[in-house]
Amino acid sequence: MNKKVLIADDEPNIVISLEFLLRREGFDVLVAVDGEEALVKAREEKPDLILLDVMMPKMNGFDLCQALRADHDLDDMRILMLSAKGRETEVSKGLGLGADAYVTKPFSTKELVLQVRSLLGV
Amino acid sequence: MLNGPVIVVASLLYLGLLFAIAWWGDKRADQGRSVISSPTIYALSMAVYCTTWTFYGSVGRAAVSGIGFLPIYLGPTLVMALGWFLLLKMIRTAKANRITSIADFISSRYGKSLLLGGLVTVIAVVGIVPYIALQLKAVSGSVSLLLNYPEIVMPGRSTALPVFADMSFYIALILAAFTIVFGTRHLDATERHEGMVAAIALESVVKLLAFLAVGLYVTYGIYDGFADIFQYAADDDRLRRLSTAIPSGQGYTGWFSLTLLAGLAILFLPRQFQIAVVENVNESHLKRAAWLFPLYLLLINLFVLPIALGGLLHFSGQGVDADTFVLTLPMAHHQEGLALLVFIGGLSAATGMVIVETIALSTMVCNDLVMPALIHLRGAALAEASDLSRLLLRIRRGAILVILLLGYLYFRLAGEAYALVAIGLISFAAVAQFAPAMIGGMYWRGGTRGGALAGLSAGSLVWAYTLLLPSFAKSGWLATDFLTQGPFGFNLLRPQQLFGLDGLDEISHCLFWSFFANIGAYVAVSIMRSPTAAEASQARLFVDALKYARPVGAALWRGLAKVSDLTALVGRFLGPQRAESAFADYAKRHGQVAIDALEADAELVHFAESLLAGTIGSASARVMVASVAKEEPLSASEVMNILDEASQLRSYSRELERKSRELEAATRDLKSANERLQELDRVKDDIMSSVTHELRTPLTSIRAFTEMLRDDPKMRLAERERFLGLVVSESDRLARLINQTLDLAKIESGNADWRGSALDLKEVIEQSVASTSQLFNEKGARVELDLQSGLPSILADRDRLIQVMLNLLSNAVKFLPLNAGRVCVSLRAGAQGLEVGVADNGPGIRVQDQQVIFEKFRQVGDSLTNKPAGTGLGLPISRRIIEHFGGRLWVDSVPGEGATFRFFLPFAPDNGV
Amino acid sequence: MRRGILTGERLVAVFLCGCVLFNYPLLSLFDRRVDLFGIPLIYVYVFTAWAGLIALMAWFTERRGE
Repeated sequence: MNKKVLIADDEPNIVISLEFLLRREGFDVLVAVDGEEALVKAREEKPDLILLDVMMPKMNGFDLCQALRADHDLDDMRILMLSAKGRETEVSKGLGLGADAYVTKPFSTKELVLQVRSLLGV
Repeated sequence: MLNGPVIVVASLLYLGLLFAIAWWGDKRADQGRSVISSPTIYALSMAVYCTTWTFYGSVGRAAVSGIGFLPIYLGPTLVMALGWFLLLKMIRTAKANRITSIADFISSRYGKSLLLGGLVTVIAVVGIVPYIALQLKAVSGSVSLLLNYPEIVMPGRSTALPVFADMSFYIALILAAFTIVFGTRHLDATERHEGMVAAIALESVVKLLAFLAVGLYVTYGIYDGFADIFQYAADDDRLRRLSTAIPSGQGYTGWFSLTLLAGLAILFLPRQFQIAVVENVNESHLKRAAWLFPLYLLLINLFVLPIALGGLLHFSGQGVDADTFVLTLPMAHHQEGLALLVFIGGLSAATGMVIVETIALSTMVCNDLVMPALIHLRGAALAEASDLSRLLLRIRRGAILVILLLGYLYFRLAGEAYALVAIGLISFAAVAQFAPAMIGGMYWRGGTRGGALAGLSAGSLVWAYTLLLPSFAKSGWLATDFLTQGPFGFNLLRPQQLFGLDGLDEISHCLFWSFFANIGAYVAVSIMRSPTAAEASQARLFVDALKYARPVGAALWRGLAKVSDLTALVGRFLGPQRAESAFADYAKRHGQVAIDALEADAELVHFAESLLAGTIGSASARVMVASVAKEEPLSASEVMNILDEASQLRSYSRELERKSRELEAATRDLKSANERLQELDRVKDDIMSSVTHELRTPLTSIRAFTEMLRDDPKMRLAERERFLGLVVSESDRLARLINQTLDLAKIESGNADWRGSALDLKEVIEQSVASTSQLFNEKGARVELDLQSGLPSILADRDRLIQVMLNLLSNAVKFLPLNAGRVCVSLRAGAQGLEVGVADNGPGIRVQDQQVIFEKFRQVGDSLTNKPAGTGLGLPISRRIIEHFGGRLWVDSVPGEGATFRFFLPFAPDNGV
Repeated sequence: MRRGILTGERLVAVFLCGCVLFNYPLLSLFDRRVDLFGIPLIYVYVFTAWAGLIALMAWFTERRGE
């Protein structure tokens, strides 16, 4: 069975590129364009991994990460944070809130794919 | 009702009340809860200036010279305006040097001279004793008038009676007893009598009320107001001149002389010095006194002329003395209660003057005559006595008794004579002789002891020759030849036309010659030699009284002393207990536990001397301290050096204080500047972080798409074209972002290139709408124009306004519903300018977001599809452009009903509507 | 302190003003056989000027703050 990945980002073009990239790798891809939608979809679909943008409307990535980690139904889900904000404090904040990895934008597509694979153990 | 017992009982009750108040005041003072720490009480107590000479005498003077009596009150009014400087300096100096009388002031100023103190005391006693006699006469006169009620009988010559049957004698004794109890209950280093001051303030109120009562009664009770009295007076040939011509027989020179004389008297009469300087508890009280005391004087004089005229009209040809009108008018109209009130008012005026004057004189007699004599004659015996404080009290009490008996004696000798009637002004002229030495001493460092002695002697001799002796002659005690032909027939030496000076009234004449001699001798002798060390040091203390932060007296002493000698010395005069507690206080202030631990340094010696000075006068204190402390004399130049140092130190410390205040201020400024910088730094960080975030977002898409295109050569063509299209549009977005960021930075830093010209806004709008029509067509939206035409032009940059319009229009398009969108652009003229509106039928903007959208990088809305089109800088830039041209940009919106962005631009100034 | 100095200067001005008001020649202008409301002019003048000076002194010394 294919691994399921949820993309949570409000930038349409980034979503398009990520979707394309992950589909090509053979993952099932879901999309959410704001924090609240992402939380609902994560609970319903229980994806194996979520790609989480920090700057999102309605609920930002940090809050969402915290909410996801508080939900023990989702303990198996991996979280990869993606952000244009690359300062030390933000990276450690994300990891401190329970993200498994933190990638700054712009990212190398190859490295991102490797990162996703290793998180999912494939 | 008005009979002997009633009068006696009323008088005694009133004196009892005064005594109770004084006793209460002293008790409160001992508890440290002063009752006189009020500027009003201070001002009222100054009204001790108004004696029976005012209370009864003003009417008498007015009956002769019209308003010629007024300068006696105008002078003090004017001097009180200067009191801020003069009295303040006197108070400071007196406090710093523990000066307790005017004799002490002058003696202390000129090197603590015993001779000078004695001379001032003698002049004061000679000048003032007759004045006290006048008070006795007034009181006994008023009693005998009342006793004859309802008849009005002028008091006979009481000198016909033996002393022991003479009421005045007993009045003098009662007043002496009263003064002794008031003034010498105990010795005090500051010679303050708080209880007495409280009683004097009450007396001032009583005499004012009594006088106003008579005045109102005469003016409005007997007559029908001021105009009525003056009308009657105008109809009477003899009275007309009183109410119209100013100083009859006096001239403007006399008027001026009287003003000057009274102005000096308010400063230098011993009782005024006692009340205004010695009894002052707080310098700031001067402020109230500056106007309240003059107001008192005005009120007590308001009815003088009406009473005088009323009396002259009523008693015409009956031989009633005008000095008694205040009392006889109510009696003649059978106003018994009013007459009694007037009598009590007169008693107030007399007792107030007698008490304060006698206390002041007795202090001077004790400290500046008797003590120096005792020290001189019986120095050895004094040094052995263990407690001299009782002796001191006995001397004071004796002096009080003697002064009052002298007053009585003068009264008996002079009786109704001219010498008594005219004594008020003669006294004033006597104390005016202190003026050159006092004022010169306070403002001129060069004045010397010799100069002061010469001036005072010369001035007072001339005074005696030109004013006192003539008054004796006019009383019949001397041959009048002396007046008319001069002594031994020397015509030039006629006392009241000295050296042939004619045409002046006697007061002006005396004032001129006595001041001529006084000031001349003072200055001439002073400038003959430079001041000695003692004179120079005291001169600096007095002249610079307002400059030194604290007394520098201690610095001016060098020598050897023993603490036990000093405490014993002070103990002998103040009493061992008071001395003990004073020294214990001193020890505590200097951080020592016991008196024994003190060092007999210059400061302690100075402290001991100033304690003594308060009790026995500064000159005697200097002598007594010198007897136990071996002093090394300082030369004049050493004294000057020490004083210069003291004033330099003070100016250095002022300079230091100023510098440190400046430093503090600079530190505060730096701190706040630093805070502002840090705040700016934080803002800059936030902006940098926002800008980089905004730049990275399109960059991310571009990089992701290009990598995918590169890594996947087998990608389908359609996919490939789609991705390339996205790369292009993201590159566009990036470029736009960079441009706008730079644009905003330019506007914010003030470096933008603005071109201002008169514009037709309608044309600008039409062009903007035309160039965005493609955008609207793509979205299937409609644009409606509602533009007023023929409007005045506005002053702005055309390109910038188009930028704003494009921004607003493209913003509107973004949020329009597909194929149902409608945008309405309007242009209207207001009173001051034009208003443009861009209304859409989009989702609208929540109230809490309506300000946020004008902040940088703050896009609102969750429309995924529209996001890339905005940079988050369009609205902030637009707002700044509009504001640059003096307008406003804002949004009105109800969520769900669309939003309307509006801006207002003012008309160009040259065609303002 | 500055205020103290200013008050002092104002009071000196009152003094000088009074010296002029209450002396020849100004005084002689009012020494006429003229009545004002039935009261001799000189009487009205002296008391009015006097009250005015007192009011000025009160105003200068009693006002607070500044």
